[in-house]
Amino acid sequence: MKVNKKTQSNSNKKSSSNPKANRHILILTYSMVLLFLGLGGYFSYFLLVDSNRVINNSYNARLDRFADRVIRGEIVSNDGHVLAQTQVNEEGKEIRVYPYDSLFAHVVGYSVNGKTGLESLANFYLLSSHVNGVEQIINELAGKKNPGDRVVTTLDLDLQKTAYDALGNRKGAIIVMEPDTGKVLAMVSKPDYNPNTLLSDWDQLVSKDNATGQLLNRATQGLYPPGSTFKIVTALESMREDPEHYKEYTFDCHGVYQNGEYSIKCYHDTVHGHQNLTQAFANSCNGAFANLGLNLDLGQLKNTADGLLFNSELNLELPYKKSTYVLKSGADIWPVLQTSIGQGQTQITPIHNAMITAAIANGGTLMNPYFIDHVENVGGDVIKKNVPGSYGNLMTAQESAGLTDLMKAVVLEGTGSRLKTDVYTAAGKTGSAEFDKKKETHAWFVGFAPVEHPKVVISVIVEEGGSGGQTAAPIAKTLFDLYFTKY
Amino acid sequence: MINIFSDVSRYLMILLMAFYTYLNFRYFSVKNESKKSRLLKRQYILMLINHLLAYLLIWIETKDEKLLSFYVVQVSFLVGYPFLYRLFYRYRSGLLITNQCMLLSIGFIILPRLSFDRALKQFVIVVAATLVTWLIPFIIDRVWQISKIPWVYGIGGMILLFLVFFIGTSSYGAQLSLNVNGFSFQPLEFVKISYVFFISSMFYRSTNIKTILTVSGISALHVLILVFSKDLGSALIFFVTYVFLLFVATGQWRYLVSGVSMGALGSVVAYQNFYHVRTRVTAWLNPWSDIAGKGYQVTQSLFAIGTGGWFGMGLYRGMPGKIPVVEKDFIFSAISEELGGIYALCVMLLFVGVFIQFIMIAGKMQAMFYKLIAFGLGIILGLQVFLNIGGVTKFIPSTGVTLPLISYGGSSVLSTFIVFGIVQGLFILKRKEEDHYESE
Repeated sequence: MKVNKKTQSNSNKKSSSNPKANRHILILTYSMVLLFLGLGGYFSYFLLVDSNRVINNSYNARLDRFADRVIRGEIVSNDGHVLAQTQVNEEGKEIRVYPYDSLFAHVVGYSVNGKTGLESLANFYLLSSHVNGVEQIINELAGKKNPGDRVVTTLDLDLQKTAYDALGNRKGAIIVMEPDTGKVLAMVSKPDYNPNTLLSDWDQLVSKDNATGQLLNRATQGLYPPGSTFKIVTALESMREDPEHYKEYTFDCHGVYQNGEYSIKCYHDTVHGHQNLTQAFANSCNGAFANLGLNLDLGQLKNTADGLLFNSELNLELPYKKSTYVLKSGADIWPVLQTSIGQGQTQITPIHNAMITAAIANGGTLMNPYFIDHVENVGGDVIKKNVPGSYGNLMTAQESAGLTDLMKAVVLEGTGSRLKTDVYTAAGKTGSAEFDKKKETHAWFVGFAPVEHPKVVISVIVEEGGSGGQTAAPIAKTLFDLYFTKY
Repeated sequence: MINIFSDVSRYLMILLMAFYTYLNFRYFSVKNESKKSRLLKRQYILMLINHLLAYLLIWIETKDEKLLSFYVVQVSFLVGYPFLYRLFYRYRSGLLITNQCMLLSIGFIILPRLSFDRALKQFVIVVAATLVTWLIPFIIDRVWQISKIPWVYGIGGMILLFLVFFIGTSSYGAQLSLNVNGFSFQPLEFVKISYVFFISSMFYRSTNIKTILTVSGISALHVLILVFSKDLGSALIFFVTYVFLLFVATGQWRYLVSGVSMGALGSVVAYQNFYHVRTRVTAWLNPWSDIAGKGYQVTQSLFAIGTGGWFGMGLYRGMPGKIPVVEKDFIFSAISEELGGIYALCVMLLFVGVFIQFIMIAGKMQAMFYKLIAFGLGIILGLQVFLNIGGVTKFIPSTGVTLPLISYGGSSVLSTFIVFGIVQGLFILKRKEEDHYESE
């Protein structure tokens, strides 16, 4: 560009146009317009896809505004039994009613004094109305609120009730889920509370003297030592370190395993004698696994635990605690012995234990657990359908087959013998987790059935229930029995 | 019954807005003058109905009589503004005037809903700005000396920025405003204009290496003061505007390439060395990890936009008040929440339309001075809108710039009026010239 300063004048405005500059202006303009297109696209994507997930947040006070125009919808079980509904009394006051009282307390949750469970998870759907247009207008004209959508859960009334009764008045948690879909069929946590009387019970529930923690959903938020159920992890690691010969490991059990100044006892000092790996797993021989742990690469063991989602997010829709595993390479002998048998500092939630078991049952692939099957309007038209989603592979198909063999032996010839039946073949692992020397151990069972084509996974923990095989396994048996009669 | 009326009006407003936006882009492809003026008339009517419906809704919700009188005054303004221009300027861009009024009317709708007092104050400033800037096209047309005084622009702008830096009051972590007699004044809004005039008049004189170095130095100083005032959004706008103007003025690709790379390098250095830059980026990447703290503003904004959805909650049915400084930087979220995502998208498209119109005027101007001015002001407007909307929707980190003509803020409104006046002036200049040739 050339500008002659000397001849600059008003007429200079009329100098020849500048096509080159205009071309460059055009290029820059296009890039700006492109930026705006990107922004508009992002904005639309947010409204179309992300927004439902984003706005269903307890920090979003706006959802309550919907309640001004919509009657909160129903939550129902997988076969249509009403688990929560809003009734309007004569004075026009809305009351949330839970027909099964405390049966679904934690998983369905409550919606006064904040929201928990599915009441929180599905809040947006429950407060959205998709009745047809004509009905909406009629309601408006009549000055009536529109009915909110119905949330159809994956929860099974019979399984939930059986699990609830099986746990009785003991503390603990039970989860029943489908390994190939991730559908949660039952989730019980005890002790519980009655959501119908929550407001009047509130002060007592949250009082400082109340140490029972009725409001806590132990299934997802209770952290327990995994006990012998952790031998699944130890076994998987030994499998990974020597895929060809891991089964050739043997150990002579004298009831107490001595290593220098440290000793590890088997449950009730049982002497298991000569054990190969499968027998040691089936009989839950602590000495054999403590000794096995000493031979493992601790760095790799940590990787294996982390790969099974210890210390990590679970992609779970309900609030949960992360399981912890802290043992690193270079650790002293005692923590290694303890950790290999599921004691020490390792902690796990019952849902996480169920998820590891589900991955084993599903050929190594973990399906994300979910609770909402679909959302429908009051007329029954489906508004939103949830489809199973995979988290990814936690192990190879070969490894899952190897673990299945070990877990099958637990039922056929080991501590899980209470599950032996001709109707189906179950596989699993018991655990008796020590948490306080003076108290009874927590009783664990995780397992699935049928072995040939796993359809259902169960995770049971009974606090201070004693032996997993004696206390937790029979509960699982009851649930398996019901499942296979019903489905 | 009222609910039905509200719902129908809400959808109708979206429809009107969408149709207005369609006509706005349609206008660009129409050549015939009488057809153009018919389109404009239609747009004007759409705007007035949209405004009327909104005020009916506002009245239904508030039953506040002072809002009714406010409405009457607003309509008089919206109708009077084009007349004022017609009175004085035979050649004028009707589209620019219409769009200016449309954007203002959206502010007139959403601001009273957020704060009546502020809306009133804003309206007074709008009227004052109209009168003050009415003569600007005349000045642009007649006073050609404005291209002769680059150092007045350059040094004046720098003095204002330094003043803010040393004695300015800070808000939300950035030093932005000067307080004089209880009035808060944001010089930066005007420095944007002086900055474009400085660069344009310098490059109009010459684009030899000496000038380029001088202009680069002064521009860099502008940008650096802004960085140290922690006003990162404006720093970015100033930087990009300079690089773009340099590229257009010289026609040299290497300036664009080196400018963009320097910008990228500068961002990395800023990220590593300034705590407040890192905070912004962290709050952008994962606001959910600190919803109650650093992520509060943007998560509330996303709640607002998401809950409003495509069709909005309806006026007074949302909770825009939950978003901090909603009437300034986050007004777009309030629009999206209550008037709907489609409506908000149309607002964005209207700004894109105005931006394109600025650029088209730049393209028609023959003297490099005017070309650069129209282009520079267009880029500043476009970037500002992009940073604002991108920030509140979490497309990019939030930088705290206003949405022109809609956000609350006197300095912002006045400076945008000046910008529109200047571009209108350039349009008039060009049209008179064409007319002159045609009649010869």
